[in-house]
Amino acid sequence: MKILRYLLQKEFIQIIRNKSMWPVIFVMPIVQMLILVNAATLELKKSDVLVIDQDMSDASRQLVNKLEGNPFFKVTRVNDADFDADDQLLKGKANVVLDIPQHFERDLRRDNKVSLQLRVDAINSMSAELTWSYMNSLIRDYNNNLRASWMGVSKFDPPQKIDVSSRYWYNPTLIYAFYMAPGVLVILVTLIGMFLSAVNLVREKEIGTMEQLNVTPIKKYQFIAAKMIPFLVIALVVLSFGLLIAKLVFNLPFHGNILVLYGFTTVFLLGTMGLGLFISVVSDTQQQVFFLSYFFLLIFILMSGLFTPVESMPKWAQLLDHLNPLYYMMKVIRNVVLKGSGFFDLKYEFFSMLGYGVVMFSLAVMRYRKTA
Amino acid sequence: MKQLLGFIRKEFRHIFRDPRTMIILFGIPIVQLLLFGYVITTEIKDAHIAILDKSNDEVTREITHKLLSSGYFKLDAMLDNDGQIDNIFRKGNIKEVVVFQQDFGKKLERDGKADVQVIADASDPNTAQLLSNYTNAIVQDYLQKKFINYHIPYEIKPQVRMLFNESLKGAFMYVPGTMALILIIISAMMTSITIVREKEMGTMEILLVSPLKSHHIIIGKVTPYLILSVINAITIVVLGNLVFGVPVRGSLILLMSVVILYIMLALSLGILISTIAASQFSAMFVSIMALMLPTMLLSGFIYPIDNMPVVLQVLSNIMPARWFIEAVKAVMLKGVGAGYIWKQLLIMTGMTTVFLVISMKKFKLRLE
Repeated sequence: MKILRYLLQKEFIQIIRNKSMWPVIFVMPIVQMLILVNAATLELKKSDVLVIDQDMSDASRQLVNKLEGNPFFKVTRVNDADFDADDQLLKGKANVVLDIPQHFERDLRRDNKVSLQLRVDAINSMSAELTWSYMNSLIRDYNNNLRASWMGVSKFDPPQKIDVSSRYWYNPTLIYAFYMAPGVLVILVTLIGMFLSAVNLVREKEIGTMEQLNVTPIKKYQFIAAKMIPFLVIALVVLSFGLLIAKLVFNLPFHGNILVLYGFTTVFLLGTMGLGLFISVVSDTQQQVFFLSYFFLLIFILMSGLFTPVESMPKWAQLLDHLNPLYYMMKVIRNVVLKGSGFFDLKYEFFSMLGYGVVMFSLAVMRYRKTA
Repeated sequence: MKQLLGFIRKEFRHIFRDPRTMIILFGIPIVQLLLFGYVITTEIKDAHIAILDKSNDEVTREITHKLLSSGYFKLDAMLDNDGQIDNIFRKGNIKEVVVFQQDFGKKLERDGKADVQVIADASDPNTAQLLSNYTNAIVQDYLQKKFINYHIPYEIKPQVRMLFNESLKGAFMYVPGTMALILIIISAMMTSITIVREKEMGTMEILLVSPLKSHHIIIGKVTPYLILSVINAITIVVLGNLVFGVPVRGSLILLMSVVILYIMLALSLGILISTIAASQFSAMFVSIMALMLPTMLLSGFIYPIDNMPVVLQVLSNIMPARWFIEAVKAVMLKGVGAGYIWKQLLIMTGMTTVFLVISMKKFKLRLE
């Protein structure tokens, strides 16, 4: 125990001495959180719509007005049939091109039916689908109004109607930052915990001080624990900073028990830092450690369910995701913070992360050889 | 010239000597591309839902069946009362609860109107919104099929054409993005680390007193990574095409020029980082903190730049990956010529020059 205390003292002194790292450890995560949480939004805000109105009738004008009145669309209107819409699409200046054909109103009155051509830039399939569904419902709305006014009834009703009303629990106004802030925070904590602890050990190898440590009576587990604990503390401090910022800046509600969150985070960090240590035990240089951890981190982050839903992944990927500590943690932080879930709601996640931590930690201790 | 060649050969040997580095350099990009292409999909599939059917009549059963056979939803539980909803949400597996009101079928028949309530877990607001939209669409579709012969007057039928990506594949977004991410990591980080490594080990001083000119040292350090990155880029484009069907519609030569320009940009960024960082540790940490998340989030890789707050749109201008992704998408997917992407090319060239000039200045300072 005394040895561990001295070792910890040494590690903390080394970290505190290295003043150039302080801004990187503490300021950068905060700045990133402030910036990135705002960057990540999938909601559609502004789509450039080019309307080629060849009809110039009352009906077509009403449609254009309706589009212009919608905050999601920025409408440019031209009447010229020869206008080069393709060029605008290629340049990326228009996301959607709506063609209103000649005799649009006349055909609608005469044939009872008319079609409208829409072209959507679909390179980003997600926004394309969203844009199209907004457009579609807007046109349907416009269609209903038009029908009602032409038929002289206040409202046109089909024979039966099912009213689907949506309620959004835990985030009724659909604020995206409530979703992103905890997620980005988990990533930052992971980066700091895993990365710092991974590089720290291999550094002793590379500088040659490892051999000196190896000839001392320090036990394996003492050495590994001493390498881990300081960064666990730092990661938890960063978590606290981040939560404070999320509260102050993004007004993130906190419904759960803060101790539950810290407990889960500690278990989570045990796993990720264990993996970090394992990587550094099997590597010889900082460069290798860096690349291996980058490899895992990137996969972990992208498969965590933060950017894309886990259910949509292929079955094998979902199975594989059970080896991803971030997958559990994303779920945990969101449920604890926004829904107030307790330990018993998330016991599966808890024990999975705990198991992960135990396995990683044991692997790291086992593979660490005191002989050079 | 001969000295430079010798130096480059030495650098290559450093890289090739270590099989682990080789696996990392070539294995990682391939694994990541395959993983992202298959795994990252924004479309909704098999979202777990629960149903609270207070009516349990023929109509609600039909609608339930229709919801579950759509492929979007997977039934996780049938609930008995409202009190269970909060509990089941807290476990975090269910994304949505569909509630049918009492006497649903009867009301629909008698009053011509019935209510469905969709309660979505909006702790993930985006999925919540998508799911409730899908539910609504399926329910309305059910009704429409029921009255298929009912005549609707004055009907406007919008017809949509999805350009450049007819089947709405996510890979069209992610292949250029993955390329941006992988190239900047390999080029910027590897170079910054190898240069700083010489500093840290003390071998930089030996290099500096050698007859090699300082720019020769830089060129020698950078050339291997330039070549490796080009090979990586080609691999990604070929795999993207063969495995995910992402086409190269524009000129291959133009595409490669864009790629090489971006690699040069990333390399000069790496050189810049190496002149600032004192140790490998800080070079890595600066690179990972300053490049990884910002490149993922601010470059338009996942989140469209147009949707961001204005401040961030301005900020995204300094992300090299933003311009690369724009140019690559335009050439690969839209098939445009150089005339359409001159702005992106110019900006990338400008950034490269600025990075190099700053590094030159810094590097000279260190010599004194």
